[in-house]
Amino acid sequence: MATVSNFKRLPANAAAEVCIWVEGQPVTAREGESVAAAVLAAGLGPTRTTPVSDSARSPYCMMGVCFECLMEIDGQANSQGCMTAVEEGMQVRFQRGIRAVPADTDTEKSTEKEAGENR
Amino acid sequence: MMSAAAKMGRVEADITVIGGGLVGLAVALGLQDRGLRVAVVDEGDLALRASRGNFGLVWVQGKGDTCPAYARLSRRSARLWGDFAAGLQESTGIDVQLTQRGGLFICLEQDELQKRVDMLESMRRQHDGDYPFEVLDPAALRDKEPAVGPTVAGATWGPEDGHVNPLLLMRAMVQRFLDAGGQLLTDGPVERIESHNGAFRLQGAGWTRETGRVVLAAGLGNKSLAAQVGLNAPLEPNRGQVLIAERVQPLLNYPNGHVRQTAEGTIQCGDSKEDVGFDCGTTTEVEAAIAARAIRMFPALEQVRLVRSWGALRVMTPDGYPIYQQSESHPGAYLVTCHSGVTLAAVHAGPIADWIAGENNAGELELEVFHGDRF
Repeated sequence: MATVSNFKRLPANAAAEVCIWVEGQPVTAREGESVAAAVLAAGLGPTRTTPVSDSARSPYCMMGVCFECLMEIDGQANSQGCMTAVEEGMQVRFQRGIRAVPADTDTEKSTEKEAGENR
Repeated sequence: MMSAAAKMGRVEADITVIGGGLVGLAVALGLQDRGLRVAVVDEGDLALRASRGNFGLVWVQGKGDTCPAYARLSRRSARLWGDFAAGLQESTGIDVQLTQRGGLFICLEQDELQKRVDMLESMRRQHDGDYPFEVLDPAALRDKEPAVGPTVAGATWGPEDGHVNPLLLMRAMVQRFLDAGGQLLTDGPVERIESHNGAFRLQGAGWTRETGRVVLAAGLGNKSLAAQVGLNAPLEPNRGQVLIAERVQPLLNYPNGHVRQTAEGTIQCGDSKEDVGFDCGTTTEVEAAIAARAIRMFPALEQVRLVRSWGALRVMTPDGYPIYQQSESHPGAYLVTCHSGVTLAAVHAGPIADWIAGENNAGELELEVFHGDRF
């Protein structure tokens, strides 16, 4: 994984270190940072591929608006990395394409559902 | 008409459509197809624009339960929609994502379902048996739509229903209009319409336009414009709130009256109706009710996150049906206003444009039913 980043933490940042796991690799972040900031500072990405055209994207607006930073955070797909603060031991995976909806556990039938033919 | 118009100055278009939403653009495209020089005068980005806030249904079932002519008009438009969408794709390259594989109206409670079935059966009688629908019990509904929840009463199924992407539709119609030489003017709202010798002058803040004829397709703005050319358009806004959730893998096979999934996977929910004047905001209370109903219909939606919401204003006549009328006191001024600008787009670009262009099809369109003087 890439380790060179154009994003540098301010030397005066005295926040405690936090270790998160990004695609199975340990990444050192700082308390109070967002997942998106930690991933950018570590030089990692692209962090998702889009549902429609499969193009690669990385965090952009860093303020919750553009949805480019979607990642799977602690098992929760389509999470906004810029709106989620890092926590020790957090498991982060990049979002690949469209999110699967959890199957309806009430009936087995729903798992057999076929996609609409025109989608 | 041209010579009369020439007397009052340069005639800039044979016909000008006031309103650049889905209704105005559909009429404008149809008039262009019939060889007219068409201008569209649009309020611009600050317009209320139901065309951008709507739910995207091309819908038939249950429409016109108290007006058989409206049921016929809606079904006619649904039948014309395939060719209309194909024509847009051919001329612009834009696929507006039309699917017409049928639609559901899901009822949570038995009495709600019974009322709906009674209504559709009454429509079937009105149309001498020619009104296709099916009643689905929970098991039959689950066969069609496996994601449906365990506590719904059932659904009605309309084989002629469908949906479309209204934003791509708007974009395709604008592009086709401009490519065909149409003039799209976004200088702000028309404030005044004057007529002289069979031609018209439109005035806004700091601008005027001359036109041979004029079509009023300004949505809620038609109310004040219609009165200036001897027409009656008693329109009131009715707010609908819409929720948009994240894109997810295909969950819904068919659109229904409350929830649909777009071709890209976005979930759209909305079924509220509020009389709140010109307020197109949102309220947590109504959004929560919409979300709760959607989750009861499709429990998996509880796991799906909302990303945005909006309010939009429907354009409603007192009976909910359209007005299509030429002014008697100001011939050459036409009123075209309706609630269902998506469903009716194909009929607006086809037979309604034919009528405005001068074809003698008012009887076949049953336009006497859609006269503004019924109010």
